[in-house]
Amino acid sequence: MKSLAEPVSQGLYDPSFEHDACGMGFIAHLRGERSHAVVTNALRLLANLDHRSAVGSDAGSSDGSGILLQLPHAFLRSTMAKRGIGLPSAGNYGIGMFFLPRDEESRNNVEREVEAIARANGCRALAWRRVPVNEHQIGMSAERSRPCIRQLFIVPQGVDLDVHEASRFERTLYVIRRLIEKSVSSTYIASLSSRTIVYKGLVRPTHLAQFYTDLADPLVESGLAVVHSRFSTNTFPSWSRAHPYRYLCHNGEINTLRGNLRSMSIHEEQMSSPRLPDIGELFPLIDEGQSDSASLDNALELLVQSGRSLPHAMMMLIPEAWEADTTMSPKRRAFFEFHASMMDAWDGPAAVAFTDGRQVGAVLDRNGLRPGRYVVTDDDFVILASEAGAFPVAPENVRAKGRLRPGGILLVNTTQGRIVEGEELKSDLDSLHPYQRWITEQRIPLVERDPDQTREPDEDSLVQIQKAFGYTSEELRMVLSPMYTTGEEPTGSMGNDTPLAALSERPQLLFSYFRQLFAQVTNPAIDPIREQLVMSLGMNLGPKGNLLDATPEHARQVRLEHPILTTSSFDALADTSLRPTVLPTLFDAGAGVSGLENAVNALCISAETAARSGSGLLILSDKGVGAASAPIPSLLAVAAVHNHLIRERIRSRVSIVVETGEARDVTHVALLIGFGASAVYPYLALDAVSDLARCGLGPAQMDAAQARSLYTKALNKGLLKVMSKMGISTLSSYCGAQTFEAIGLSRDLVQRHFTGTATRIDGPGLDIIATDTLRRHARAFHTVDSDGRLDVGGNYHYRADGESHHWDPRTISTLQHATRSGRYETFKEFSNAANEASRTGCTVRGLLEFVDRESIPLDEVEPTSEIVRRFVTGAMSFGSISREAHETIAIAMNQIGGRSNTGEGGEEAARFGTDRNSAIKQVASGRFGVTTEYLVSASELQIKIAQGAKPGEGGQLPGHKVDETIARTRFSTPGVSLISPPPHHDIYSIEDLAQLVYDLKNVNPAAAISVKLVAEAGVGTVAVGVAKAHADLITISGDSGGTGASPLSSIKHAGIPWEIGLAEAQQTLLLNGLRGRVRLQTDGQLKTGRDVVIAALLGAEEFGFATAPLIVEGCVMMRKCHLNTCPVGIATQDPVLREKFSGRPEHLVNFFFFVAEEVRELMSQLGFHSMNDMIGRADLLRQVAHGEDAKRRSVDLSALLHIAEPASVASREDRGRRKMREQEHGLEKALDHQLIALSEPALTRGERVNVDLPVTNVNRAVGTMLSGEIARRFGHAGLPDDSITVRLNGSAGQSFGAFAAKGVTLELHGEANDYVGKGLSGGRLVIRHPKGSKFLPNETVLIGNTALYGATCGEAFFCGVAGERFAVRNSGATAVVEGVGDHACEYMTGGTVVVLGRTGRNFAAGMSGGLAFVLDTSRDFEARCNKGLVELSAVAENSDAMLLKELLERHARLTGSARARHLLTRWDTAMHEFTRVIPTEYRRALRAAREQLEEAERRG
Amino acid sequence: MAESKLDDARAFVTLRRAAPQREPVDERLRHWKEFYQPLPETALREQGARCMDCGVPFCHGDTGCPVHNVIPEWNELVQIGNWHEAVDSLHATNNFPEFTGRLCPAPCESACVLGIIDQPVAIRNIEQAIADRGFEEGWIAARPPTFESGHRVAVIGSGPAGLAAAQQLRRMGHAVDVFEKSDRIGGLLRYGIPEFKLEKRVLDRRIEQLRAEGVRFHTNANVGESVKVDELRRIYGAICVAIGAGVPRDLKAPGRILLGIDTAMNFLEQQNRRDAGDTIDPREEINARGRNVVIIGGGDTGSDCAGTCLRQGAASVRQFELLPEPPHDRSPSTPWPMWPMQLRSSHAHEEGTEREWCVSTTAFSGTAARVERLHAVRVAPDETGRMTPVAGSEWVIETDLVLLAMGFTGPAREGLLSQLKLKLTDRSTVRVDGTHSTSVPGVFAAGDASRGASLIVWAIREGRDVAARIDSYLRELPARLE
Repeated sequence: MKSLAEPVSQGLYDPSFEHDACGMGFIAHLRGERSHAVVTNALRLLANLDHRSAVGSDAGSSDGSGILLQLPHAFLRSTMAKRGIGLPSAGNYGIGMFFLPRDEESRNNVEREVEAIARANGCRALAWRRVPVNEHQIGMSAERSRPCIRQLFIVPQGVDLDVHEASRFERTLYVIRRLIEKSVSSTYIASLSSRTIVYKGLVRPTHLAQFYTDLADPLVESGLAVVHSRFSTNTFPSWSRAHPYRYLCHNGEINTLRGNLRSMSIHEEQMSSPRLPDIGELFPLIDEGQSDSASLDNALELLVQSGRSLPHAMMMLIPEAWEADTTMSPKRRAFFEFHASMMDAWDGPAAVAFTDGRQVGAVLDRNGLRPGRYVVTDDDFVILASEAGAFPVAPENVRAKGRLRPGGILLVNTTQGRIVEGEELKSDLDSLHPYQRWITEQRIPLVERDPDQTREPDEDSLVQIQKAFGYTSEELRMVLSPMYTTGEEPTGSMGNDTPLAALSERPQLLFSYFRQLFAQVTNPAIDPIREQLVMSLGMNLGPKGNLLDATPEHARQVRLEHPILTTSSFDALADTSLRPTVLPTLFDAGAGVSGLENAVNALCISAETAARSGSGLLILSDKGVGAASAPIPSLLAVAAVHNHLIRERIRSRVSIVVETGEARDVTHVALLIGFGASAVYPYLALDAVSDLARCGLGPAQMDAAQARSLYTKALNKGLLKVMSKMGISTLSSYCGAQTFEAIGLSRDLVQRHFTGTATRIDGPGLDIIATDTLRRHARAFHTVDSDGRLDVGGNYHYRADGESHHWDPRTISTLQHATRSGRYETFKEFSNAANEASRTGCTVRGLLEFVDRESIPLDEVEPTSEIVRRFVTGAMSFGSISREAHETIAIAMNQIGGRSNTGEGGEEAARFGTDRNSAIKQVASGRFGVTTEYLVSASELQIKIAQGAKPGEGGQLPGHKVDETIARTRFSTPGVSLISPPPHHDIYSIEDLAQLVYDLKNVNPAAAISVKLVAEAGVGTVAVGVAKAHADLITISGDSGGTGASPLSSIKHAGIPWEIGLAEAQQTLLLNGLRGRVRLQTDGQLKTGRDVVIAALLGAEEFGFATAPLIVEGCVMMRKCHLNTCPVGIATQDPVLREKFSGRPEHLVNFFFFVAEEVRELMSQLGFHSMNDMIGRADLLRQVAHGEDAKRRSVDLSALLHIAEPASVASREDRGRRKMREQEHGLEKALDHQLIALSEPALTRGERVNVDLPVTNVNRAVGTMLSGEIARRFGHAGLPDDSITVRLNGSAGQSFGAFAAKGVTLELHGEANDYVGKGLSGGRLVIRHPKGSKFLPNETVLIGNTALYGATCGEAFFCGVAGERFAVRNSGATAVVEGVGDHACEYMTGGTVVVLGRTGRNFAAGMSGGLAFVLDTSRDFEARCNKGLVELSAVAENSDAMLLKELLERHARLTGSARARHLLTRWDTAMHEFTRVIPTEYRRALRAAREQLEEAERRG
Repeated sequence: MAESKLDDARAFVTLRRAAPQREPVDERLRHWKEFYQPLPETALREQGARCMDCGVPFCHGDTGCPVHNVIPEWNELVQIGNWHEAVDSLHATNNFPEFTGRLCPAPCESACVLGIIDQPVAIRNIEQAIADRGFEEGWIAARPPTFESGHRVAVIGSGPAGLAAAQQLRRMGHAVDVFEKSDRIGGLLRYGIPEFKLEKRVLDRRIEQLRAEGVRFHTNANVGESVKVDELRRIYGAICVAIGAGVPRDLKAPGRILLGIDTAMNFLEQQNRRDAGDTIDPREEINARGRNVVIIGGGDTGSDCAGTCLRQGAASVRQFELLPEPPHDRSPSTPWPMWPMQLRSSHAHEEGTEREWCVSTTAFSGTAARVERLHAVRVAPDETGRMTPVAGSEWVIETDLVLLAMGFTGPAREGLLSQLKLKLTDRSTVRVDGTHSTSVPGVFAAGDASRGASLIVWAIREGRDVAARIDSYLRELPARLE
């Protein structure tokens, strides 16, 4: 049921963008004993996860919480008995938990319909019971949307079911529910089962039991209870979207949802099950418009109802990363491989708790991106939750503790009274069928005759065909050449300043109308290089079998290791027994524009015919382009056929392969696959590469076969990157997932052929696509071309005869002349030229104009000195740009009262507190130089989620840019490359962001916390989540800016213009009643006063500039930032070139005042006295009329100018169009207030202080605020060691000891959650299991994931096991731990880590500095280490051995570690059981430094 | 040569600008041939390597090369030694790079980004080298059209604009007739540019290419006199007026009628004819041998006259310029990437020409009808910037040959223009709209005739543009296939 208050799609907002994430858990009795205690304890657990949920504009209404129980038979029987209704015995009746309309008449109607459906399915509605609720326990918006909640008791038409029949009854209830869902509107069924019941709603986790008074009744007993508290990125009250669902609750995000839903509906075509004879009536099996979790629940339920076991179904849906796991047994591989041929993974970060009312279990995604911790108690309870300690258990009562591992699964087996874990569960499953044999016998082999075969392309016709497909000489030079010479995607820099496809005067490929989506905040991007073990490009081709069955024939498919076909693999594929049909994708060029449409329709019909007549493979081929025939754009051909076959419900019978001359870069291929192709044969690109290699036009001569193979490799690598930036790890799930949005493409066209793809700006349709295709075709075949060469392009580098750019010789030089001479007239020349460039096609804002309004005199407008305070400069790191360029900007911004931004490279401490200090300190994924002192020196702390030039990607500062100073600032080693991970490893989900905001606010309560996002479809919804995560400021970056180096495909094809993103954020925040709590900022090629005023009218309060200030400093858009050869001394660390820097602060001051003066002139024209009045007045903008140009005339910006009505439940301030009130950060509850008060003697008098306190999981960021205080007073040096010692007992909340400063020692007896010692800045952490623990401490999980992330110095001793990603991005801390999960020491650049126990996989991935010692008694560590950057050796008897021994001694002393003691007692042998891990580059750099030093000493 | 050095993205830091050396003065004054020593291939490739392949190549846009030569592209090709491809790349935008490579003042170089921090890349020399290499290797062959459009175009004038238009139009499949009033093809390139700057064999080999592509040339064909305008209108679908702006600006001063005072163009043409082996009627002869020459006008034409005079054996050569001496470096009023206001010295100044600034000629005097003295006054800018005489600064100089090199006033009006009834601009040039159409349908104009006296590179650009416009115009007409 759609909640009545939920807004419909409007303006740029679309409800389908919603995401959620959260806290979840379960409590179960090991032997299934039912008790009321299980219920009350589960509710307590839930209440302790409150901080993981979110609260919207209305404090009482959370995003929802709920509990799933076994049917409380005793309670129900007694309750109903009081009403005179006798219930049958347990299991012989079912209960539906219905959310019904409050209006009585409609409710009656619904109830009658429901009863009729029950009757028709052999059941009887016994009674309806109104579920008592206390509406005072919920907030205003929740109350407004509160349904009438009633339980329906259903009995089968016979009594006393046996076990077999009980299952059948449960299935009947499922069928009934599906039928109701399909045919009865305005009702939602939270559960309908004879085994389980769900109480949920828009209730705060702390208030669930008070709201549903049933839950407090001692007769309500259950053997298991699953709970969930929700943090959604939207606050639109939705009772139905609260978890748990019928089978599961979920913390995470399904990134491939669109593809999974498509694939489920495709499966329906072949689906049948003896258990569900009338399954056709239940289609669609997954309702549209639900959350991803609800859809996953539907899929799980289907698999279970049709006969698979719960764990089997879960492993099909969320399989572990088997593709690249070489250690997996062949039998297990076969299990996964077999199921992969049937079903694509539901991919994304996910921790799922599931139950069918008899069994309960949990599963974690392949990359371990959500936390899951559990304990087993002596009194036979199992408690699993997102956080340890959420349900406190006395240490002596703990029998065992554990955590869910990546791809891990566990199940509580109540009959055996124990937990069954991954390995055991999985071995049962892989023996179900002879999967291995089935695969060997059935798999269709691909027999390549001559893998090296290349054809010699005919040069003349090659150019002609290339012209027909719109190839440019620039593409050959800048895209294909680097790909075939290096096997990598080409890199560029300085962003994108060319028009959107829909605004360009040049013919555009259909590909160009699409932009890649990327992960931000709600799910993490993946690092496809360092975390390659979770990635896969494998693809299965051929018909898909019945999902609900398993037969050998299911494996009758072709398996491709990657989707790029070469000539020989394509030929081999065309010869397989899949019965391929080649469908030409050409149209009659003479037929003109309508020819394309007819051809597409005909193509769909032929595809349908082929599929119906038994072809298993459709090859869409545009081979044969010639004077008479033009190619159908390949993307259109694929998407049209894909969607047509889906509509015809025959899609599962065939796979689609494209043979195309059009696709040549990564995005092209990604689009083809994203819209349904299983493999791509880019024949023309391969020919072009052969030709280039043969002619030696590129920088190097090479053999054509080698060139083609490197080119293919580059495409594959690029594909991994495109997938991973969306957080998707397997290509088969990516296939058809449509993770793109269309910009400025006809809505009708998108709806028909790209069904379900986001498109908010209407634009050109098929006619214009056809016109452009024919223009290219005519240039190839029908004009007498005087030079016979390819078009110059001008898409990447400016070309006078190429694509237009915002920054051309004229705009760059006039801006420099104006700001250097200080002449406003010259600036006007610049701004006129820039605005004109905007108007003539470059930007969305160029299509807008101001509505006439009564003007006011200029002197009544607020002064420029006020306006410039709203200006900030972009985040450009010291490292990517030179010290001169960086400091000049800071000085200028401090002078005008604006704010400059450090970027992600830290800042030299000497600048703190001076006029060179950057007001904005960035906290990015690399955490370079993020010390506590750095954080307290800021007035704004910016969490960079994404950047415009390459959203969803990490970065790399090449070693040659890392000089002495930069290394010092970044806490790294000179000459060693630095990697920024794609995600923040402490933000995998929205509640994690809330945690980081909280951490930073603790360090520096005076600083505003900002979050930088990049515009994409759904950014508004993300902004709402960010506002609810208590950010003070949100930046919406456009796609066009970007000063650093990025892959060209990211510069061009990811992100959208800020105008759209900003408007979407403004509209969505207003709809949610949250706009009044945050400031909005925007950036992306802002240059003129007009740009600023348009941004203000669309909702921005602050304005970011980056490219323009660089140009003022002397940048001439060389686009060479990645090469360190910037000739004007900006993007370089080369001392010779830095000398050439000629920028001065006063030039920048001139620029900002010029812009502000223009803003004033426009304000006077528009009649505004102050900027505040102007913000969000999109009603003063309208789209300019475009008379002549058919293409631009088709663009429709009305969604952008939509004025959203603020949510009515919000307060007056929250409803403001700009920030009107401060966020409630909840800092007052922090434990650190006590710590600071108790530490006063140390802080003021230098005395030693000891503190003893209890701690629980709601005490988050313990020690952080205290450390901020120390850094503020004493800088990075902090206090002497052990000045303040805090001893804590219990389970610490997240971010324990984050940013702990020197002088602070935190000793914890108990356990800790995720992010222990995040950003450790000199403090000492000591954690050990509680006294009285009975389990083996060395084998038991002690702290959560991502400990010591970004630590710069300090030390940590953990007497127990840590979760995944231990010491990720550590750059200086020393740590000892007794075991770690996957990806430990990832991206480490410094410091020392000692592991006295087992490590997980992928140890040291991307580790470029520091040292690790791993106790490797069983000598199998090497297999789990990622040796990409590091080398392994024994510990030599030198300083290493001494260091190691000393650390063990301290570890033993501080934590009492038995293992350390034992190792020390036999040190001479023990020493040899350690393996030393050291990065090769780092070792060389150290040696070089040592030699230099020795040399210097020798010379005296 | 170390390949790695060339391949280095930092080559612009490590390598210096190099330009071709001129022959020593006394040697080059003894002949009429070009006198630059071509750069060795290594040096050219190094210059190519100095190119930074800018994201925004200022050498090539509005601020740089008018024909939009894709300079970074061929710089790279030269750097890697792929000369053949460089020849093709260069010809994609420029029909006659061997002319511009020799004669262009190279706005590309003054806009070169490297010029901000160092000496610009030697772009013009690379251009010339590519073109010459192309001819040497035989890569510059005729490219006749693959089909005949059935349309006929008359191009009037065979200077760079007319030739570029003719070649483009022919390659588009049109039948092209070029009418030249003079006895040889080439216009200003033929008779206006001294042999030592452009050897006429360079011009001839290019004209040969056009001929081989099917362009028909008609010399001594003065349209408006020997060729009837009406007939042209009847036969040709379109007419392209590319007659240049050859009317020289004259000096209205007492004594101007004296013998020994002549225009630069007459003087230069005569020497070119001599170089071509023509005999000059002694009555018409203008020769600097043994004379004290004054050249009025400080521009390139003046410099060409000076070089010619010195080669003829003048006793002395002086060059007078009205304006003050420009700064020796780029003036702050013309920052990079603008065309810099700055002192430019040519080979002729090196060869012994003396320059004087702020000189205004007031009169000539002499006996026996021949000039003997030039009367001048010093001038200085007044508050409005106009150059005005400085009282009491009058002076007189002995001279027996005065050459007027003071620019051009526009195309000749009589004959063609008046018969075609073309409307003119205030500046006496042929009035055209943005599509190079004149006031008469089917008649187009390009080059100096419509633009006013300008650079060769602009003439080529206009020739290319007008060809494209004529082509679209013709497409709308019925083809007259024979």
